[in-house]
Amino acid sequence: MAAHSAVFSISKMINPFWGGRLGNTVKVFGTTLTSHRNKTMLTGENIPPPAKYGGRHTVTLIPGDGIGPELLNHVREVFRFSCVPVDFEVVHVNSALETEDDINNAITAIRRNGVALKGNIETKHTMAPSVKSRNNLLRTSLDLYANVMHCQSLPGVQTRHKNIDIMIIRENTEGEYSSLEHESVSGVVESLKIITRNNSLRIADYAFQLAREKGRRRVTAVHKANIMKLGDGLFLQCCREVASGYPDITFDSMIVDNTTMQLVSKPQQFDVMVMPNLYGNVVSNVCAGLVGGPGLVPGANYGHAYAVFETATRNTGKSIADRNIANPTAMLLASCMMLDHLK
Amino acid sequence: MTARSMRSLSGALKPLFSNRLSRPPPAQYGGRHTVTLIPGDGIGPELANHVRELFRFCCVPVDFEVVNVDSSMTSEDDINDAIMAIRRNGVALKGNIETNHNLPPSYKSRNNLLRTSLDLYANVMHCQSLPGVRTRHRNVDIMIIRENTEGEYSSLEHENVPGVVECLKIITKTKSLRIAEYAFRTARAKGRRRVTAVHKANIMKLGDGLFLECCKEVASGYPEIAFDSMIVDNTPCRPQQFDVMVMPNLYGNVVSNVCAGLVGGPGLVPGANYGEDYAVFETGTRNTGKSIANHNTANPTAMLLASCLLLDHLKLHAYAAMIRRGVLSTVSETRLHTADLGGQGSTSEVVQSIMNAVQSTGPRTLST
Repeated sequence: MAAHSAVFSISKMINPFWGGRLGNTVKVFGTTLTSHRNKTMLTGENIPPPAKYGGRHTVTLIPGDGIGPELLNHVREVFRFSCVPVDFEVVHVNSALETEDDINNAITAIRRNGVALKGNIETKHTMAPSVKSRNNLLRTSLDLYANVMHCQSLPGVQTRHKNIDIMIIRENTEGEYSSLEHESVSGVVESLKIITRNNSLRIADYAFQLAREKGRRRVTAVHKANIMKLGDGLFLQCCREVASGYPDITFDSMIVDNTTMQLVSKPQQFDVMVMPNLYGNVVSNVCAGLVGGPGLVPGANYGHAYAVFETATRNTGKSIADRNIANPTAMLLASCMMLDHLK
Repeated sequence: MTARSMRSLSGALKPLFSNRLSRPPPAQYGGRHTVTLIPGDGIGPELANHVRELFRFCCVPVDFEVVNVDSSMTSEDDINDAIMAIRRNGVALKGNIETNHNLPPSYKSRNNLLRTSLDLYANVMHCQSLPGVRTRHRNVDIMIIRENTEGEYSSLEHENVPGVVECLKIITKTKSLRIAEYAFRTARAKGRRRVTAVHKANIMKLGDGLFLECCKEVASGYPEIAFDSMIVDNTPCRPQQFDVMVMPNLYGNVVSNVCAGLVGGPGLVPGANYGEDYAVFETGTRNTGKSIANHNTANPTAMLLASCLLLDHLKLHAYAAMIRRGVLSTVSETRLHTADLGGQGSTSEVVQSIMNAVQSTGPRTLST
């Protein structure tokens, strides 16, 4: 029974998506949170509660590059000062190496601990194209499909726009970031953008569930379906399907160029936004800029079984590294989100 | 063009430049130009009418050949007629043609078809803070040059496995070199100091990597212009730091809309699409504006400034300056602002005021 309720409480944060596994979307939008719990048991995925040995959690810590190491040291300092029962397992990832051993070690550590806090690992685009982005590898291997960023105007921070409260949910594993590129003819490069029904349904479901939990009224899907009819058309269709199962939440959609324009003129109109990977990147950075910059917003990447927390705009900050001038707010708020996750 | 920059060009570009130098001047029959006019959907037709009204009032020697494109029809005859008219006239002014995304995917975006058939490879948008328009950012003056024909907008999508869609984003060396050349040439012509390339090469290494490489190659031929690059997620932060920006198609879409929002909205910024032989002018953010169509509330500034760009292209600079002066003086009058700028003026009032401004500044007819 304890395990059952623990699973239920965990399913509130890490919403496992089984519709794709069962291949039947009818089950997705007919369900409520309680039956989500039953479904979890049905598929046999017993998500264990976060491991607490001796009452202390172990969390993987990946310092990364640039300002990552110093910020994470500060996080450790603050945790020790506040007597937080969390131990950090530090895994270094060297972005200059071409082998993937480092990042594989990090991934194994996260699989073991279930939770991680990371700084951004630099991706030099002067290295060979076969060197994949380490951050991307981490996200796809652990299937951290939802990137959640909550942009709120903070009191005391002077910005041009006031009263912003936007939640951005961005698909984290497919879309333009599939790293599938090839040069069939010299001088012509093709880059594949993949959109799948399963992932789109999954992220839409996550978005609506989160909106419902947080008592949000509106979800806006951001797309470019007038140009990419099949790709973004599929994404939009999946969002609509899922929306029909949440009648208390209004759903609308907006083309990405209009969205960005509205964001810089009237950001107060947005509530929850859901979108594929690339638009998510740009829109989340625009929103972070609106509330005060990359130093203030924390981000979280949630998957089925794992969660990784970091700064929302994923900046390495190489030019300000080790100069004691970086803003620690984003990283500290991210560590608070991690503590919430660990209950 | 210095010898060094000519040498740095790939073979494909040399004929482009020899063509450019000997391009025939725009055809003037009896001293009057003929320009194709495509009203489009939504607010397009009414704005195009205002442009015609204003041109007639100012006695501009331009005749419009109107070609209507019906966006609800699936046959491509309409747009082919329009394309043929533009090939004939060389210049066009258009409203946005709606792309209903509920139609089947085989129905290609008409605007996109037009751009790719005429090879209008450069989309240029000049975002400037206008006096009299209250915005949160001041002193924004950014020129955005966006690749207009390839990138994510190649309309190549397929569904090999049900539920999995692949969308191809194409970047080619030739087109990247071409757009980079265009950007640097324009920067030099306008006396700009810096060109920033916007990309996402840390993730799309081959694609955007190629784009970035081409920009760097071209930059080496323009030593007086500083070149730097920025990843697309960093760009929306501080607008005053940018001068000229060059980028592939999709980032161009998003960034140009952000910039338009920064200077006051879609009603204020004109856009131009340039190709080797053709030029098409439209509003910068390509909105159809269906919800405000025929309400007399649309902001005509963008379309009128686009028509000024058209006049500049036809080398009717005196008329262009006259109309532009009138438009800018009207925009600075707050009581005439239309709804998108927070006022209550109507489109016809704005146009009337522009006409008054033009009449008061000088003689109605000007010789070219």
